[in-house]
Amino acid sequence: MNILILIIPMALLLGAGFLYAFFWATSNGQFDDLSTPSLRMLDQDSKHNKNDTKENIL
Amino acid sequence: MNTNRTDTVIYDDDIVKKFTIVTLIWGCAAFLFGLIAALQLANWRFNANLEWITFGRLRPLHTNAAIFAFAGNTIFAGIYYSTQRLLKARMFSDALSKIHFWGWQLIIVAAAVTLPLGYTQSKEYAELEWPIDIAIAAIWVVFAVNFFMTLKKRREKHLYVGIWFYIATIVTVAVLHIVNSIEIPITALKSFPVWAGMQDALVQWWYGHNAVAFFLTTPFLGLMYYFVPKAANKPIYSYRLSVIHFWALVFIYIWAGPHHLLYTALPEWAQTLGMIFSVMLWAPSWGGMINGLMTLKGAFKELIKNPVIKFFVGALTFYGTSTFEGPLLSIKSVSSLAHYTDWIIGHVHAGALGWNGMMSMGIFLWLVPKLWNTKLYSEKLAETSFWTALTGIILYYTSMVASGITQGLMLRAINSQGKLVYPDFIETVTTILPLYWVRVGAGLLFFTGFLITVYNLFKTIQSAPQQATESKPVIVQTTGWDEKPTTAHRKLEGLGFVFTTLTVVAILVGSVIEIYPTLSMHKYARPENITEPYSPLEIVGRSIYIREGCYVCHSQQIRPMADEVLRYGPPSTIEDSMWDHPFQWGSRRTGPDLARVGKKYPDMWHLQHMADPRAITPQSIMPSYPWLQEKNADYSTLRKEFSVLKMLGVPYDDNTVANADIVAQKEAIEIAKNIEAAGGPKGLEKKEIIPMIAYLQALGQKQKKPAETQKTAGQ
Repeated sequence: MNILILIIPMALLLGAGFLYAFFWATSNGQFDDLSTPSLRMLDQDSKHNKNDTKENIL
Repeated sequence: MNTNRTDTVIYDDDIVKKFTIVTLIWGCAAFLFGLIAALQLANWRFNANLEWITFGRLRPLHTNAAIFAFAGNTIFAGIYYSTQRLLKARMFSDALSKIHFWGWQLIIVAAAVTLPLGYTQSKEYAELEWPIDIAIAAIWVVFAVNFFMTLKKRREKHLYVGIWFYIATIVTVAVLHIVNSIEIPITALKSFPVWAGMQDALVQWWYGHNAVAFFLTTPFLGLMYYFVPKAANKPIYSYRLSVIHFWALVFIYIWAGPHHLLYTALPEWAQTLGMIFSVMLWAPSWGGMINGLMTLKGAFKELIKNPVIKFFVGALTFYGTSTFEGPLLSIKSVSSLAHYTDWIIGHVHAGALGWNGMMSMGIFLWLVPKLWNTKLYSEKLAETSFWTALTGIILYYTSMVASGITQGLMLRAINSQGKLVYPDFIETVTTILPLYWVRVGAGLLFFTGFLITVYNLFKTIQSAPQQATESKPVIVQTTGWDEKPTTAHRKLEGLGFVFTTLTVVAILVGSVIEIYPTLSMHKYARPENITEPYSPLEIVGRSIYIREGCYVCHSQQIRPMADEVLRYGPPSTIEDSMWDHPFQWGSRRTGPDLARVGKKYPDMWHLQHMADPRAITPQSIMPSYPWLQEKNADYSTLRKEFSVLKMLGVPYDDNTVANADIVAQKEAIEIAKNIEAAGGPKGLEKKEIIPMIAYLQALGQKQKKPAETQKTAGQ
């Protein structure tokens, strides 16, 4: 059971680390580009060969 | 990699087509098994006195088919399709894709053969025996290698949110499956888990809950983030929200398992921990639902005319209601009523049929015309399918919640004299039987809805132009690799492997804290309460109990509540099941709890009851087990079983281990003699019914010193 003394604080520290990283990134404007990825995925597979019509690329 | 390079890629759509077709086939099988199981509960005659399809064996077949065959193949079809497009790369290896496909189908076939034959570990959604467990792990690794190598050769540096969910799924399922499958083989198709009793229960429900979380939730959310925007041709409502709720889900989900064990012998702190994290899950879950539904904001015209959108809206709505109900059911006071009842069955079906089923149908109605380069055969059939399935799900859910609350309230009713209002368990069963028929109708409706979609898709594929079904080359541009990562999170996403590692760590943090303390159970087992292990004959009986799937309908865990103590006896303790490899606590009481059934009835009672339960309780819905009086019990592996149990820490002396089979057969002769003396049939000493009776009579009878006056009830 002694390993708990090591494991629990370590685990909590790691968890806190993730949380800190996340908040730090947010408050520093790290997630500024949160709009293009959602738009880019929409036309990702639409660049078929040029003779494709609009219907079968949508 | 070069900047702004343009390549021509041919995506591997053949593998997607393969997974699509098997999903539709296995889906039919899963729902058919479910329908038969529903009929069996409504009328016991549907068990047909056939051992291979009695409810105890059919129910695991149904759940495994629904989760691993239907939902599993849906996930693989969706992941193989969307991953290639999101990463702008063909799958790493066609050979690995094919091994994954055929391997997974073989695993399903192996499950479909072994489960009806009674080869089971009795751990829910992890019933498959050890060779199949190894196969699952191996095939999952093949999938993981194929996926992560594709990730490595991708042309799109930014990892879209869907990909994150796939990563979390692949990594977590591997960890869960391996930890819950640590078992010692006895024969080619029998094993004992290394964990016992309370530890086994915690590991199992840590797995069981996360099978829901990381097999039925995160991969489907990933699919949702791809297919909903694609089908609506609109971007996700909030990319920010997707980032937040992804992280929150992977942090929180892994802690919630103990909500399956509220009021059991599990230490109180673990129960409370599970409850708190379950309630917390509400927020990130609704983050996903809101994000999905709001994506369709302004596309409500589509909702009216596009059946695919209808399925997605239906799915997201059921996801929202289920993830609201889940935390609610995890609150101890609500759980005290709902646990062991049909409310839980209603809850899981709202999730499985509503969320997973409707997502799957929506995805394939959109995807099949694309894959086969044609138009959907009939929009009208898709509409009909949606409304039929929806009616089925709503009927299923309402009937089961009504059944669960009704039975829960009847079971706990105590009158002013402090006595049970319904002391006979069967009264509570006959009350809810009409609702079981409603469920049959509901299941039939959903199955019909699904069959309509299968027919629709079949006709779509049939109408596909022969020439044009080959995958077309697509021109893709390498993006993101030239730019310097400007933000921390972008950097994180670019490093796929690092991201994976971090996800693993995040999950392990949760798991280690939760599971580690219970590994040393002696801290909780009080020395004065340590129980005696089962005798050799009782172990033989226990294996038969597991084979017949008794745990599917009978719990062995009495909760510390007035009605349960009155009905079944003192609350179960950690020590009661401390030598149980595997634990048999159960999750549903279709019949009464058996934790203290030992010595409650004479041997003759059990003999008659197992052969024909209606000979004892005329309205009983339990299947008959006549073959237990016909088949000879198998003692050939008993010595090996005992040596394994001893190795796992069960306190048997060497003499018992070395002579286990001889001791067992001596015990059997004693019981057979008693039955004969009581006027029962002769010559049963070799039959399976004898060890079965021995095991049932041992339940709750293993305390070393006689427990204080037990308030037995249920006269």
